[in-house]
Amino acid sequence: MKHEFRVTVGPVGFRIGSDWKRPLDQLSALYADYPAPDIPDFTVRLFAQRPWRRFIRPSVMIGGDYMLPDAAPLSLAHGLLAAEMGMNLQMALGQRRYLLLHASAVERDGRALLMTGHSGAGKSTLSALLGERGWRFMGDEFALIDLDSGALHAFPRLVSLKNEAIAVMEGEVQSDRLGPLMRDTPKGDIRHLRPPKEAVARMREPAKPALLLFPRFGHAVDIRKVGEAEIFVRLTQASTNYVALGEAGFDALSSLVRTIPTRAVDYPDTESAVASVERLWAELAE
Amino acid sequence: MNAPAYRADPPEARYLVALDGVALIFHRPSGLTHILAPPAPQILEALAEGEAEPAALLERLRRDYDFGDSDDLEAALEARLAELETSGLVWRA
Repeated sequence: MKHEFRVTVGPVGFRIGSDWKRPLDQLSALYADYPAPDIPDFTVRLFAQRPWRRFIRPSVMIGGDYMLPDAAPLSLAHGLLAAEMGMNLQMALGQRRYLLLHASAVERDGRALLMTGHSGAGKSTLSALLGERGWRFMGDEFALIDLDSGALHAFPRLVSLKNEAIAVMEGEVQSDRLGPLMRDTPKGDIRHLRPPKEAVARMREPAKPALLLFPRFGHAVDIRKVGEAEIFVRLTQASTNYVALGEAGFDALSSLVRTIPTRAVDYPDTESAVASVERLWAELAE
Repeated sequence: MNAPAYRADPPEARYLVALDGVALIFHRPSGLTHILAPPAPQILEALAEGEAEPAALLERLRRDYDFGDSDDLEAALEARLAELETSGLVWRA
């Protein structure tokens, strides 16, 4: 392709090719602290919907090793989002070395807190916020569970802040860690946040899963136990490659469910969520 | 008319993990995961001895479990077998 950028996130190397330079310039600025892989695991391609549309009302199509045939094009102003979506897509469809959970993760003392839930539940915002409050940020989108050891590997890509989360984090970090504000994308307003330097420097350090939370934003404070069978079902739904991994995935997931303390946490605002997380961590983390 | 006999894969075809009150089963031949509540795992275990009609299967289960005096046990067992058949874990011999 015309332009190329390479980046390593956690244990995974990406090559991103693009018909346009601008999305890659934005990516390389935000991923400045990340090493480049020698041999990428996945390739993402951002290409023009039609050759002439590279110039006239350019629309970015997302492709790569793995593609979704009906993915709608994005406008070039949303090119950075397209690159991030492309990287997520390669992971979701192609990753076979780890059990992939759609979950955010932070670490303290070698132990990891995992958070998973539906879109809008706040797992991404919470992980970003905790990453500024004494925890090591390990990822806001995918948690990689080692199929042999059960350890959690970090995947600290750019944090994709959506809608209300943008203001929460603008109040928390220096503005040079934030990418361009992209309005009215298919996912609403999006602004990317560069994880703390420590999260990137230590991204090769795995952690032991020690606490699993199902946060839910917009409800009065409530903390509930969750049965093991329900946890298992919710995590299979949160995994993009559980079925593809077969017995190895079953083994990794059932081992995780049997050993990790788990709670569902409702919260009305992020400060109350942080307080609940700290309390549950002190009480339950193994 | 004889009731149909049912068969299941041998136990080694299943990877079973007990989770609070239910059995999590990875069915190796299909690659599918099942969550089974009692008595389904016990029925699969009883079929490990070989294919059986519902009445004979009930006798096998009675050796290990006390069912009391209930009359409709065979009908209940047939209903559970039909569910297991739908899930692909047992089939008619």
